[in-house]
Amino acid sequence: MKYIDEFRSPKLVSGLLQNIKKSAAIYERPITIMEVCGSHTTAISRFGIRELLPETIHLVSGPGCPVCVTAIEEVDRALWLAAQPNHIFTCYGDLLRVPGSHLNSLEKIRATGAQVKTVHSALEAVALAQKYPEQKIIFMGIGFEATAPTVAAAILQAEKLKLKNFFLFSCHKLMPPVMHALLDEQELNLDAFLCPGHVSTIIGSKAYNFITERGLAAVVTGFEPVDILTGIAIILEQLINGVDEVKIQYRRAVKEQGNLKAQAIMSQVFSPATVNWRGLGRIEASGLVLRDAFSAFDALQHFSPPASQSQVNDACRCGDVLRGIIKPNDCKLFASTCTPTRPFGPCMVSNEGSCAAFYNHKI
Amino acid sequence: MCISFPGRIIAVKDDNHIAVIEIGGSEREVALDLLDEPVTDGDYLLCHAGFAIHKIDAEEAKKSLELLQEIIDNEIY
Ligand code: SF4
Repeated sequence: MKYIDEFRSPKLVSGLLQNIKKSAAIYERPITIMEVCGSHTTAISRFGIRELLPETIHLVSGPGCPVCVTAIEEVDRALWLAAQPNHIFTCYGDLLRVPGSHLNSLEKIRATGAQVKTVHSALEAVALAQKYPEQKIIFMGIGFEATAPTVAAAILQAEKLKLKNFFLFSCHKLMPPVMHALLDEQELNLDAFLCPGHVSTIIGSKAYNFITERGLAAVVTGFEPVDILTGIAIILEQLINGVDEVKIQYRRAVKEQGNLKAQAIMSQVFSPATVNWRGLGRIEASGLVLRDAFSAFDALQHFSPPASQSQVNDACRCGDVLRGIIKPNDCKLFASTCTPTRPFGPCMVSNEGSCAAFYNHKI
Repeated sequence: MCISFPGRIIAVKDDNHIAVIEIGGSEREVALDLLDEPVTDGDYLLCHAGFAIHKIDAEEAKKSLELLQEIIDNEIY
């Protein structure tokens, strides 16, 4: 397929690996590169990229899987909202099996009669609200800057249609603030970031200038093997010759300034707020809430779910996995008690979760 | 979750609000509201959660592949 096959070319892959080996030998010191995008995590495991690299290059996964970083109290609120009568609760399919407190999940409550429906787009939820005016439709929005503009556009559509029965439960999160927080993690000692491809399509490469200003290497990379390996080659070049600016490897999809129209729609509808991330705690201005002008669509204001006594399962080490402190197979429950069919934590649920990626690709 | 993927435009409709795209042999519709440039049949779009979020820059894709190939062929990379 166009724009996929060419970026899987075995000839380019082996040429790049040669280059990476040479540069790693010149640089000598070990380097740690973090990716913060679930699709990168999946691609790295799927194409076995870790095994191809010289021993001195360590790839660690950060908080790039939207399902995984969703805080437990957000999952518990979703369970409460979904259990209300006369509503249809809609969400992306990955959220169904995410465990809330006491290992309860949307999938489990659906089996007991709750109306939970999966959708691929917020627009599908808006269409449901149009089709069933007597029902209240709640959409749980998760995801980073690639997804948030699509939900903002759906809100504008709901406004245009004058819908009174469409409500958004916004759990959207923002990438630069969490990357900023990770720079200060002493245990991590990062040398470079592989910046997320499609988040950057929206926010542009300039959003990461704070990383190179701190002397770390940074490159916005695509998702095919040639993309990722070129990204690593560029990082080595930056580390050897000195870091100056954020580089874009994924030029076919990313510009320095990003997609200004999508940014404008996102900020017309949402404003930043301090929110809680699973495993990482509260981070200033790292989430998105609806602006006052759109509060009629706010599920939290309309339904006021009670504050929950959320309880994270202590044995699950998703928090440490998400900060890149441990690898999934360092968790005692990995592949024994916790598997994709019986997940204990969110990192084992979504395909983009690090634990699921390790499990599915046997590394 | 919602993966982004490239699709080729077959038709643009609804007053430039919707594109029908072809991806791996199947057709689907994506909304164009978030795009910051005009598009036409045959263009490739990066699609995410029901929306096109970017028109793929064919020139840039070609350039980066050619450059890589040249660098690798010359072993100067
Ligand atoms: S293997 Fe399971 S229990 Fe362990 S960190 Fe991953 S999701 Fe949590």
